[in-house]
Parts: sequence; C-alpha cells; structure tokens
Amino acid sequence: MPDQSSEPIVRVRGLVNRFGTEVVHSGLDLDVIRGEVLGVVGASGSGKSVLLRTIIGLNRPAAGRVEVFGRDILAISDREQREIEKRWGVLFQNGALFSSLTVAENIEVPLKEYYAMPLRLMDEIAAFKIGIVGLPEGTGEKYPSQLSGGMRKRSGLARALALDPEIVFLDEPTAGLDPIAAGDFDTLIRDLRSSLGLTVFMVTHDLDTLFSICDRVAVLVDRKVRVGTLEELLRDDDPWIRSYFHGPRGRAVLRSATEPLARDEIPVTAPA
Amino acid sequence: MAAVMTTLVASEESGSLVLAATGEWLVATAADLDRRLRGIEVPRGRRVLLDLTGIDRLDTAGAWLLLRTEHDLTAHGNIVEMRNLRASFEPLIDQVRTAGFVPPARHPRPAHHTIAGFIARIGEISVGLIARAYSILGFFGVVCATAGRLARRPRRLNMTAIAAQMEQTGVNALPIVALLTFLIGLVIAYQGADYLRFYGLESYTVQLTGASILRELGVLLTAIILAGRSGSAFTAQIGTMRVNEEIDAMRTIGLDPVEVLVLPRLFALVLTLPMLTLCANFMGIFGGGLMAWSQLGVGIPQFLNQLSTIAPWSFWIGMIKSPFFAVVIALIGCYEGFQVAGSAESVGRLTTLSVVEAIFLVIVTDAVFSIFFSALRI
Repeated sequence: MPDQSSEPIVRVRGLVNRFGTEVVHSGLDLDVIRGEVLGVVGASGSGKSVLLRTIIGLNRPAAGRVEVFGRDILAISDREQREIEKRWGVLFQNGALFSSLTVAENIEVPLKEYYAMPLRLMDEIAAFKIGIVGLPEGTGEKYPSQLSGGMRKRSGLARALALDPEIVFLDEPTAGLDPIAAGDFDTLIRDLRSSLGLTVFMVTHDLDTLFSICDRVAVLVDRKVRVGTLEELLRDDDPWIRSYFHGPRGRAVLRSATEPLARDEIPVTAPA
Repeated sequence: MAAVMTTLVASEESGSLVLAATGEWLVATAADLDRRLRGIEVPRGRRVLLDLTGIDRLDTAGAWLLLRTEHDLTAHGNIVEMRNLRASFEPLIDQVRTAGFVPPARHPRPAHHTIAGFIARIGEISVGLIARAYSILGFFGVVCATAGRLARRPRRLNMTAIAAQMEQTGVNALPIVALLTFLIGLVIAYQGADYLRFYGLESYTVQLTGASILRELGVLLTAIILAGRSGSAFTAQIGTMRVNEEIDAMRTIGLDPVEVLVLPRLFALVLTLPMLTLCANFMGIFGGGLMAWSQLGVGIPQFLNQLSTIAPWSFWIGMIKSPFFAVVIALIGCYEGFQVAGSAESVGRLTTLSVVEAIFLVIVTDAVFSIFFSALRI
C-alpha cells in the first residue's frame, strides 16, 4: 500500500487551463503519492488528458503550479527537464510507437538517448522488457504496423519502462482492448507496481480497472478534482459521481467486486 | 565521491569463488558494469557464490545483469548460488527472471547491402515498375469505365465538388503560376537577347521568347506546378481518407469512391489546366515583352508585329497538350492516394512518389507529343 506519510511525487496546485473562452480546469489541486495507483476519471471533455499533458509538461497552463519530484515543471531548465524525463515513463493512448523503428528499437530509443550503452546490452534490455510486459518472443523484430492494438499498448508500456522510471503516466491503457486483454493489462500493471515499486497515474474510463487496481481515484467534476478511495467516492453525493458509480454499469462492477469470491478466485470446476 | 563503488569483487572462500556485487546496479551504471562483467575471465567447473549483500539499489537493468552473469556461469559448468539478496529486491529479480532469456531481436538490415542483395533489388525494382505501370493502366481503365457510366446519367455528376476542386486547383494556383511564368519570360528574353546579340540577331528576341513559351514552357511549367501543388494534395487527401477508413465507409453506403473522389478531381484539372496555361502564356510573353522593351527598346506596335510572325500552331500545340497533362497528374495523384495502406507514414511516402511520378510522366508525354508533332511537320 502507498506510504501516506511520504511527500507526493506529483503536486498540482491552483491549476487553471483554458482554451479560448472555455475553462477546463479552475483552481485544481492534486497530489500523487509515491507508490500508489491513482485512477483519473471524468466525463468526456472534462480535461483528463489535458491534466496528464500538463503534468508531463506538454501543455502550459494559464495559471498554477505543477511539481514533479519536488521540481516546478513550469520553471525548470532544459537540463533539469532531462533529469526528470529519465525518471518518468509515458504511455500514450495508441502507444505512440515510432513507426519507422521495430519494437525493440523503440525500447532502445530512451536508452540510446540517455546512456552510452553498447548495442548488445541495449538489445538484451529490450528483449527482457518485451518479456516483462508479456509480449511473445519475436515481437521485438516487428514494426508497429504489424501489431494488434493490445500488443502496441504493451510495446508502448515496454518503452515507457525502458529507463526503470519511478512513475508512469498511462492515458487510457485499456481503451479499445477486449475484456480479456484489458484484464491482463490490469494484472500486468498491478504486478509491475509491486515488483518495481512503480507509482502509476492512469487516465481511464474502465470501471473494472478502477475497482481492481486503483488505490485512489481522482474524479474531474466542475473543473476541479475530487480525490478519494473508492469507498469514499461511493458515498459522495455529487450528482455526476453518483451516476458514474451507481449507474447500471457501475452497479454491475460493484456487485461483482464486493461478492465474497473475487472473480479470479472462482473455481473453474465445481468442488466435489 | 562518497558513494559506494559499484562493482563486482572476486575472492576465494573455502573452495568456492565468491563474487561480491556492491553499490548501485541501475540502468545508469549498466553500461559500465556490462563492460566489466564481459571482461571477467569465466571459470569452469567451480562452485560460485554470488554475494549480493553490498547492493544498495537495484532496478531491472541491474537485475538483468546479475541474472545474465548467473546464467553465463552456469553455462560454463559452474554451480552458482545467489545469496544475501535483500528481501525487497526479490520481486524485482523474480519479475526479470520470469521474463526469461529471450534472444535479443535482430536489427533488420536492408538486404541490398550485399552484392547479391543489390542485384536482387534491381530485379525487384524492375518487376515492381512493370507491375506498377500495369496497375496504373488498370486504374485508368476503371476511371474511364466510371466516366462512361456517368456519361449516360450526367445528373449524377457532382458539379459542386467539381467547382470546389476547380477553385482549389485553379483559382488558388493562379498567383504562383502567373508569377513564375512572368519571371521565366523575363529570364528567357534577357538571356536570349544576350546570345542573339552575339550573332547580330537580337531583333528575333520576341520570336524566341514567344515561341518557346507558347509551345513548351507555358504548359510544361503550369503542369509541373500543378503536379507539385494539386497532384500531391490529391494523394494526401485520398490517402488520409483511406487511413481513416472513410473509403470503406463510402463503399458500404453504396458510394463509388472513383465516382465521388476521382472524377471531380479529374474533370476539374482537365478544365483548369488549359485555363492556367492560357494565363501562363500571357504572363510569360508579357515578361518577355517587358524585357525586350527595356533592353532593346522594342515598342508595343513592333512587339505585336513580331509576335504575329510566330506560327499560330505554336499556341495550339501548347493548348492541345494541356488537358493530357491534366489527366496524367490527376490520375497519378488519385492512384497513389488509393495505394495508401495501414499507417499515416505511407501517406507521406506516396505523396512524394506521386509528385515525382506525375512530373516524370508529364515530361514523357511531352516528349511523345514532340515526336508526334514533328512527324506531322508542325
């Protein structure tokens, strides 16, 4: 479980984002605690991806302060920025793999950029990273266009993990995957979190993901964010949060999650 | 540096070889560790203890190096034991161990970097060219058949689309076509006058400029500009629609992509290219006249008089060629657009290809016309 006492790995204060006259965030505060899996949910257009892009420095907010590893991301030098970039990994929605490179070469890009490594070692690292994210042998030689959507996401995750980051940002990691692949991805992230000690910041729409692996959930409502554990949010009386968790889909997931037997423990054959 | 040296130290202990790893085994130190591990002389048939007491920090890259060392030692007939691994590092080691010893992926190397591969590549390209020509011809056939079908029901022809394409390919191209041909007219007249003066024939400058622009340069320049401007746009537009599955959507709704996408572009270009050529001819001759006036003092009456001595066929030859060039450009632009498959990357590649191909074929067509007209002696 996350260590609640340690200082947050990401600290957002008073964030304001607007596009033209449309205000997306106004005075948003958010902490990501080391070691936790934080799920970010919200209606379409509520600014989940904008929040993620702001934290990783791809979007300059109108006002506010964003600290990652205790550094103000909006006011750091290029050198400090590079130091921070070594410590995080980002998985974009469709993997964002470089299409002219093979999967293995994609994973080697950050290694090549930051460390003077012999090619053979990079090849070895790429090979076991491909194994870690559960891709079959031989995937490394393939080009992104030869992969399925799920394999592309896994490859993107392998690239995000290339430098053994402390935190990974995932943008809708299970969107577009079939339920089995999505479930596998959840398991993968949970395993990686426990073995590598990762902190995970995850934008998602997937209720199953929220219930099975997230320690805390941040809900974007009214241009702000409401953070809590699932139990806390289930008691929240905000109308959007209520309809999100207590709507038909939310109820179905909730029912299966709170049943005495967790789904993966249901015996396949009936006991004699 | 106060930090513990990240290293591997060998020592002997009651008949066993002890390798003690210390310091930070991280991706940042991996390159250095890798170099030193590869430098170690691997013992054979020994009992080896990998002592991990001294490891302060470990990540997957470090874990991989430890496991690889263990694996290599075992492969050389040693009995290897890891000991004193910190409990907090265990899941990490297990994670990397379960990922297994996957052979590293080969880096694809272009096959034509060998002599045999080079020759094979020449053959491949030649066969590919023939297949391509055949395929373009087939596409031309489909377009003709569709146009023929449409001729029986002309109401289906989308005039709005044709008008929109004419605006994009014609009206919007007008300034650049006019400017470029004007400048070319200036240059030809200026350079031509210089050479003709050498033989005392500078009074033929107007004829030289007029004939070359009307017969060749006006239409050729316009066609090349449109190949770069509109042919590429056709490929990019249709290619993007293919990536987006819009073409497939059209087919399922019952729309014929050739009818909806290709014919309006083709008709628009066939109509606009002659008009642009007309404008190009005018601007080129205007530029030439301006230069003749400023350099040689040729006045308007004399200029018109000299211009009228050019055979009228020169003008018609240029104009006759223009719709053929338009067909070549529109056909290649649309054809390459339909060749897009898979990723957005191929849109860029095929757009480049379409421009190169269109310009090449325009010049080939021009050469064919040259032979044809010289056989007719005009």
